[in-house]
Amino acid sequence: MSIKVENLSKFYGTQQAVKDISFEVKTGEIVGFLGPNGAGKSTTMKMITTYLTPNNGSILVNDIDAQENPIDVRRKIGYLPEQNPLYQEMNVVDYLKYTAELQSVPKENIPDAVKKMIKVCGLEEVKHKDISELSKGYKQRVGLAQAMIHNPDVILLDEPTSGLDPNQIIEIRKLIRDLGKHKTLMLSTHILQEVQATCDRVIIINNGEIVADGTTDSLQKSFQGQLNIHIIIKKDPKYGRDKLVSALETIKNVEKVKIISDDENSWTVDLTATKGIDVREEIFRKIVSLDMVLLELHQDETSLEDIFRKLTT
Amino acid sequence: MKNSLTIFKRELKSYFTSPVAYIIIVVFLIITGWFFTSNLFVAGVITMRSVFDIVPFILLFYIPAISMRTFSEEKKSGTIELLLTKPISDFEIVIGKFLSTLTLAALTLVPTIVYVISLKTLGPVDFGSIISAYIGLVLMSGIYVSVGLFASSLTENQVVAFIVSFLVIFILFMLNKILVYVPAPLVSMLEYISSDYHFSSIARGVLDTKDLIYYFSGMSILLLLTKTSLESRKW
Repeated sequence: MSIKVENLSKFYGTQQAVKDISFEVKTGEIVGFLGPNGAGKSTTMKMITTYLTPNNGSILVNDIDAQENPIDVRRKIGYLPEQNPLYQEMNVVDYLKYTAELQSVPKENIPDAVKKMIKVCGLEEVKHKDISELSKGYKQRVGLAQAMIHNPDVILLDEPTSGLDPNQIIEIRKLIRDLGKHKTLMLSTHILQEVQATCDRVIIINNGEIVADGTTDSLQKSFQGQLNIHIIIKKDPKYGRDKLVSALETIKNVEKVKIISDDENSWTVDLTATKGIDVREEIFRKIVSLDMVLLELHQDETSLEDIFRKLTT
Repeated sequence: MKNSLTIFKRELKSYFTSPVAYIIIVVFLIITGWFFTSNLFVAGVITMRSVFDIVPFILLFYIPAISMRTFSEEKKSGTIELLLTKPISDFEIVIGKFLSTLTLAALTLVPTIVYVISLKTLGPVDFGSIISAYIGLVLMSGIYVSVGLFASSLTENQVVAFIVSFLVIFILFMLNKILVYVPAPLVSMLEYISSDYHFSSIARGVLDTKDLIYYFSGMSILLLLTKTSLESRKW
């Protein structure tokens, strides 16, 4: 019950969507695959499901090579694709039966498997309705049910909560946690709270590369102490953007300067200081020496959100 | 093959859960019925000839219409990804879809048996050639459905799939009608590729292996092309 990915690369034409990534997901882990849109999350998942073939590297699911034995690998995997595609004209029970048959669940076990999934995913009320009539939350449950009807060892969910309302999101997350207890589960998302709420471990991917990999706690710890200073400066015709940035970069112990918004009257800038050093005073003095007006300055400790932003921009 | 059967059942059922199949069958019967009765009552000839002459023309439009959605729709809605990540081979999917679409085409022909029965009450009919012509129509539909599936596997746009398959089928159908414009060495080759050439020889009541080989090899090639087109996602 594990996924092992080694040196995986994928090109779309000349564009490299996934760049030489390696990671391992162990039995029983719930791993969040986090990254901005277009980072290569879906592509990686599609390669694990054998829908796409990597240009380079290997994927082992339960020690079975995905390129050599794709059919065996597919048997082990339950997959919910992005956007949750479903046959809209089928009713819930028929659809689950159909999926069970295609997953080669033994014929005599199909009614029980369908019943179990309907119960686990809370589909009792809508089981005889056509899928097209269901609300988005129920559709998502149907998507989860189809992914798990054959009791797979490995579950891959591609953005399982996108497009749901806050209540539905909480319900689906709870469902994922319950279902993931005895499985190896990997879910992709670009929402941080999702990872914090459901995952044991997080792999952050950006531009096709893994930029961080660890438990949410350990990630936070490794970035802790690093301080983030957030300032807003009134615009001054004397200084352009670049000039401001280079001026701020000259401050001692400031490691990174980034203008995060640029509106009519002001710049909002994020600065990162060397661990454990308070640079607020230096910043204030610098701005005063430039004869600019400081509208706002505050300092906060790194949250997972900051880590994500730092790693992916 | 079990998986193909599962797909076959679902696909066939989905044709009949929407009104499309019923509408198409009704239109089909109205057109063939008009040709049948006009020949019978106006010309006073007891023959299925007029029906068998018109059906190949109807198939030109009918088959692209029923096969255009097979893969395009799944590509558009993304369900193709579900299907292709199930433990089944790409070819099993192609076969399942092929059989369900061909079955729908064959089912459309079933009500026309009423014409044969009504002819029987009026006078002698040549059952041999009629059965042979039905077989010919199914084989012809088979090769057209394969074209339709291939076209559908190329695009997620059903209209494009329709137009491409119509064009290919139209060319296959017309080849033996333009032979006078073709240089002599090419004539026999183009004639052999033409779907209508083989159909007319079968419709005369002659089930020649040459014609059967044409249809079955044509279907095999096109279905393999469809499978290759599905696999092209991996390239």
